[in-house]
Amino acid sequence: MAVVRLRGPLKALAGGRPEHAVDGGTVGELLRELEREQPALTGWIVDERGVLRRHINVFVNGERGAQDTPIGDADRVEVLPAISGGQR
Amino acid sequence: MTEVLAGTKKGLFVLEGEPGAPFAVTARAFAGEPVEYAVRDHRSGRVLAAVSNPFYGPKIWITDDPAGEWEQAEGVALPAGGETALERIWVIVPGETDGVLYAGGDPGVLFESRDGGASWELNRGLWEHPTRQKWQPGGGGLCLHSISTWPGEPDRLAVAVSAAGVWLTDDGGDTWRRGNEGLVPRYLPEDTPEDEIGLCIHRLHRAATRPERMFLQFHGGVYRSDDAGASWTDIAAGLPSDFGFPLALDPADPDSAYVIPLTADTDRVTPDGQVRVYETRDAGASWKPRGNGLPPEHAYLTVLREAFDRTGEGAALELYFGATSGAVFGSPDAGASWSTVASNLPPVYSVAAT
Repeated sequence: MAVVRLRGPLKALAGGRPEHAVDGGTVGELLRELEREQPALTGWIVDERGVLRRHINVFVNGERGAQDTPIGDADRVEVLPAISGGQR
Repeated sequence: MTEVLAGTKKGLFVLEGEPGAPFAVTARAFAGEPVEYAVRDHRSGRVLAAVSNPFYGPKIWITDDPAGEWEQAEGVALPAGGETALERIWVIVPGETDGVLYAGGDPGVLFESRDGGASWELNRGLWEHPTRQKWQPGGGGLCLHSISTWPGEPDRLAVAVSAAGVWLTDDGGDTWRRGNEGLVPRYLPEDTPEDEIGLCIHRLHRAATRPERMFLQFHGGVYRSDDAGASWTDIAAGLPSDFGFPLALDPADPDSAYVIPLTADTDRVTPDGQVRVYETRDAGASWKPRGNGLPPEHAYLTVLREAFDRTGEGAALELYFGATSGAVFGSPDAGASWSTVASNLPPVYSVAAT
């Protein structure tokens, strides 16, 4: 299983745990499975279309990923708010 | 004691004070997040806030105490797996039936709650309306920003969308019909068909004691309807400008309306550097400026559509409005005099008074 790391409000919504072992072949599948296991996250990372929110960044083993980025068992996935989403 | 909930670009501010005096900031919630709208449901006492977190999407939150913990409401989303996502919640309005509330949002959507705001359901009648593919957004998005209930008749609603006109229902939202006859969109060609959808309503309110009467601020024009929104008459003559966003009514007087004109759609600031609210007490036949105590010169403020509200009625009518400058102004006497309620807030998006 890959490990998803969460911070801030996402971590709080996911029971306060920063790391979650989740199954999935791509970033998108991983996040959908994470939502199933942690329903309070529904709508926070991925919108109702199933699309990663515009100002959320995902990094796979330290490199920027996208919804269709393949995920392996030993991968580490970080979900972070993007600096582009900040309000002046 | 009056409470004013000011939704701002950087959080919700709870202002409390005596009418006519400066108010104190007694709580701030959602620090750093855009709060589009917040309202205290007078029936339950609970506060509901629409927050558009730029990272995590639009949510509705509920609390008994704005300084305490908030709970996220459920169901504030469009159908899963579709092609469209909810962009923003613009307004929340208590309904006529106990526990019922409505929320309007972008893209031109209406939600209904039957449990005091804890959970919400999309109104399918409006969402699946056959004209929806023709609906076009205004500058603020495709926003459903006004929801007018009908006192004592919970199935009758009017909503307004920028820029998709006025929509009316008599069956609790199962079916909707247009209510746009008489509106003249000067931003469209003169030979625009009468069934044009692209009508940019800025704000809509219903007269409480004469519910078939409604007022609206248009994108160029102030209008009155005496037939429950079926048709409209322009009543803007006498105003320094017929452009503006917010609107307020005195519930005790169906002939009353208050508007805050801005110069034009190309210059959305108070005209001539003077901040003035305009009042009619004869259903729009005449207008009087109400600026005693408001900035009289060199003041170029923008007041957004949800940033004007009232509490009380008749001689006890209090009026409050906020500007994107961060100032909130209040009148304890139906607009006869004004003072600064709060200053130096972030840009004010909405004001709701109780």
